[in-house]
Amino acid sequence: MSNIGSYEERLKNFDWSIAEKELGYKDGDNINIGWYCSDRICQLGKADKLALIWEGLGEKEKQYTFNDVRLRSNTIASFLKDLGIQTGDRVCLFMDKIPELYIGFLGILKLGAVAQPLFSAFGDESLHVRLDNAETTAIITQRKHVSKVRKILDKMPYLKHIILVDYDGSKPLREREIAFNMDEAEQVEKFEVAPTKAESHSVLHYTSGTTGQPKGVKHVHYSLISQYLTTKWVLDLQDDDIYWCTADPGWVTGTSYGIIGPWSIGITQCVLDTGFSAENWYKFIQKRKITMWYSAPTAIRSLMKAGEDSVKQFDLSSLRHLASVGEPLNAEAVIWSEKVFGKPFLDTYWQTETGSMMLTNYPGMKIKPGSMGKPFPGIIATVLDTKTYEPINETGKPGLIGFKPGWPAMMRTYWRNEETYQKKFENGWYLPGDRAYIDNDGYYWFIGRDDDVINTGGHLVSPFEVESALLEHEAVAESAVVAKPDEVNMEVVKAFVTLKPGFVADDDMELKIMNFIRKKLSPLAMPQEIEYRDSLPKTRSGKIMRRVLHAEEWGEEIGDISTLEDD
Amino acid sequence: MEENMKDIILEYVIEEYCDEEDDDVTYDTPLISGGLVDSFSMVSLKRFLENKYKISIPDADASPEAFDTVNSIEELVKRFL
Repeated sequence: MSNIGSYEERLKNFDWSIAEKELGYKDGDNINIGWYCSDRICQLGKADKLALIWEGLGEKEKQYTFNDVRLRSNTIASFLKDLGIQTGDRVCLFMDKIPELYIGFLGILKLGAVAQPLFSAFGDESLHVRLDNAETTAIITQRKHVSKVRKILDKMPYLKHIILVDYDGSKPLREREIAFNMDEAEQVEKFEVAPTKAESHSVLHYTSGTTGQPKGVKHVHYSLISQYLTTKWVLDLQDDDIYWCTADPGWVTGTSYGIIGPWSIGITQCVLDTGFSAENWYKFIQKRKITMWYSAPTAIRSLMKAGEDSVKQFDLSSLRHLASVGEPLNAEAVIWSEKVFGKPFLDTYWQTETGSMMLTNYPGMKIKPGSMGKPFPGIIATVLDTKTYEPINETGKPGLIGFKPGWPAMMRTYWRNEETYQKKFENGWYLPGDRAYIDNDGYYWFIGRDDDVINTGGHLVSPFEVESALLEHEAVAESAVVAKPDEVNMEVVKAFVTLKPGFVADDDMELKIMNFIRKKLSPLAMPQEIEYRDSLPKTRSGKIMRRVLHAEEWGEEIGDISTLEDD
Repeated sequence: MEENMKDIILEYVIEEYCDEEDDDVTYDTPLISGGLVDSFSMVSLKRFLENKYKISIPDADASPEAFDTVNSIEELVKRFL
């Protein structure tokens, strides 16, 4: 029997207080995600249960019980407190998927500080923009990533502490650096967890938009309510499950469902901190006897590419439930997974701003391959007319997805950018920026983004950010960045550039520009293709018309070009 | 010639994808499955090989397995020389 039981019955009787009661929370109580994910689980008698099984390169392994997680998160919180970190200070986690990242996240929250996880593959500029916006007080990182911090240190007077979790003493620590070894530090048995309330700031995730710099999405401790319940009902985690969420906690899936969801329920989860290969992944599932697997369409399509024969070499019979997130899961991938794993990947739709799942497929519900599913109980969703922002009553008619604000994990604002936050609402609806339609049975079907943001491998990339970085390359005169269709990643970044006089538009220059962006921003933002042009399409006022290039790339109608300047 | 190609690839990988803490990168170090080079960055590595050796590697052959070590990359390049 699945945790959700009947979806239809849950709709009839739904109230978020279901989660509050299960978590023992009442309005006005203290609520601290760090405590709920460690101390409370121990109090429920699961102190000796494994919380984390971590595997790194060369099958190096570490295991932590919930009591270990409690003690270590206490220890990290205490260490940060001794450094002078205070309630509300932003503490960045800039690490690979190592145990310190997962447990450090809880430690920061226990202290009442704000956890700011950032993807460790970010280049120095991407890192700087995000630390600068947040005015981050401390960053917890590894030796392999500290050089990026050192490079921008002079520009960050607010950054007081650089905490190295794997310092080995081989080289001297530099300015503002301090070593902290989570496993070897004297464990703190008792730590007074910060008395955070429902609306206390918890997590600051960064996401990209069409224009402007990345936005800091402010979440609060009350997000736990919907993260807990969606984990329970959609991911269907049960006490004896072994769970694997493949997402990196540098992104929201990795925190909402890679830390908070499973640990607030007291589930054992596994982490594989190596690069991707089909063999590695299947081997990991077989070895760890994974029962619930939450992954992403890009990974699933890569597994499809690796072929069915590679699946057959492994015993994957432990798998009982699969789900996917990041970008729309195509019907072929759902059908393929049912064929090779004996069960379909259930698509889940949500985003950094929503904090928890919004439209999803449920255990026991009829799956329509390629559909986003139906709204989670308690979520009021619709599709809106693009001009009037009134709900469309006609089935099958495309419009903008809209959600009625008020679910527990909804972002509270964009950090220091309330104006942009307010623009996310129309006619009382929150607009996630995606287009869809609803069929006769109430299932939602994804059509596309409503803006120019590029969704590559489930991660959003701002064309503006890449265009700006391209202009910093000595050879680039003008740039325009659009999404290019891609079989595995759904979309990848493509750049159109004109070069300054004296620079040669050849293959070597293309590679130089690609590597420049990869190091400056991130591998995700690196254009997978650069097309040289003599000029870029512009309006008469000189603004580059990105949509013309996008339409060319996707073979779509170019639309109104009356404002296009003459050649 | 063979040693030379391996050294060129190794040098490029170290220069472009590794940092000072990634010591001991050898011909057999797992690059993709070891997390040194991610699937997005693999595209730039492929482009380097194509430019350097004046070849075209079909996307179907540019698998994570084929790019996983300097040794396997060399084998891949030699197939298209």
